[in-house]
Amino acid sequence: MRINGRNRLACKTLIKDLDISKPIYVEAIKGLPLEKDLIVDMEPFFQSYREIQPFLVASSTPKDGKERIQSVAQRARFDDTTKCILCAACTSSCPVFWTDGQYFGPAAIVNAHRFIFDSRDEGAQVRLDILNDREGVWRCRTTFNCTEACPRGIQVTKAIAEVKNAILRGKADVPAA
Amino acid sequence: MTSQAGSGTVAAPRIPAPQRPVGTLYRGREGMWSWVLHRITGTAIYFFLLVHILDTSLVRVSSEAYDAVISTYKNPIMGLGEAGLVVAIVFHAMNGLRIILVDFWPWATRHQRLLFWIVVGVWVVLLAGFLPRHLMVVFGGEG
Repeated sequence: MRINGRNRLACKTLIKDLDISKPIYVEAIKGLPLEKDLIVDMEPFFQSYREIQPFLVASSTPKDGKERIQSVAQRARFDDTTKCILCAACTSSCPVFWTDGQYFGPAAIVNAHRFIFDSRDEGAQVRLDILNDREGVWRCRTTFNCTEACPRGIQVTKAIAEVKNAILRGKADVPAA
Repeated sequence: MTSQAGSGTVAAPRIPAPQRPVGTLYRGREGMWSWVLHRITGTAIYFFLLVHILDTSLVRVSSEAYDAVISTYKNPIMGLGEAGLVVAIVFHAMNGLRIILVDFWPWATRHQRLLFWIVVGVWVVLLAGFLPRHLMVVFGGEG
């Protein structure tokens, strides 16, 4: 929800943190079709999310046991982007997304990042190919609105930059162990 | 609710209707405004280049035609336009370097806000060197 012109979670924004000497503006998030009042159609947002394959892609079964072992460094590589709660604060704060609804948007790229840099995943190249598109990461203009808006403190623009660099290098720099 | 308030059974709360703008402007920070400025300066430079290519290509027509057109630029309005052009180009160049750093250097991605103010600082310093001299030439005859 847009509160006083910035995307925030309405459930975590306290009146005491707002200036109550002036009217408080509560508006629907921008860039998604308005249904009524504060309700928007989130379908385009989730459509982009589904397109980047937000699930573990693995062809093999884990060696002797149920777990796919991962080192601390390997887990830490994508820790930041596991925090996403799909609230759409980032995507609907993005000036590019406001005018170009075809853009995947920060949230989809963050969730792609979460698997691209996961040492257990084998679908990185597929996701990099999906995002190597004029409506993919190259639409990002580094305005940092997404990073400022994220209620989980995810460094969204940094994650997008890492995906851009992974596409340029042709592979994601995942720690070996 | 409204009928009750109208009949006077409930004291109508005195909340003045806010003078609502047509939606608030999104309150982005340095990153968003640097992008807005980058767009505006970029578009301005584009239109200058369009004219610049046309006037320079007049050399191919005849050097007299080129000189005639260029001499019409020597007036205060075009002088201010040149000042505006330099203002736009210096910002666009400095912020362009910032964007390259933000894209390729993780430290810069974290400190983009500091980098923006450095860009503004360099912008102001360079223009402080250029604008007084230029405006003296434009408005002070032969300077």
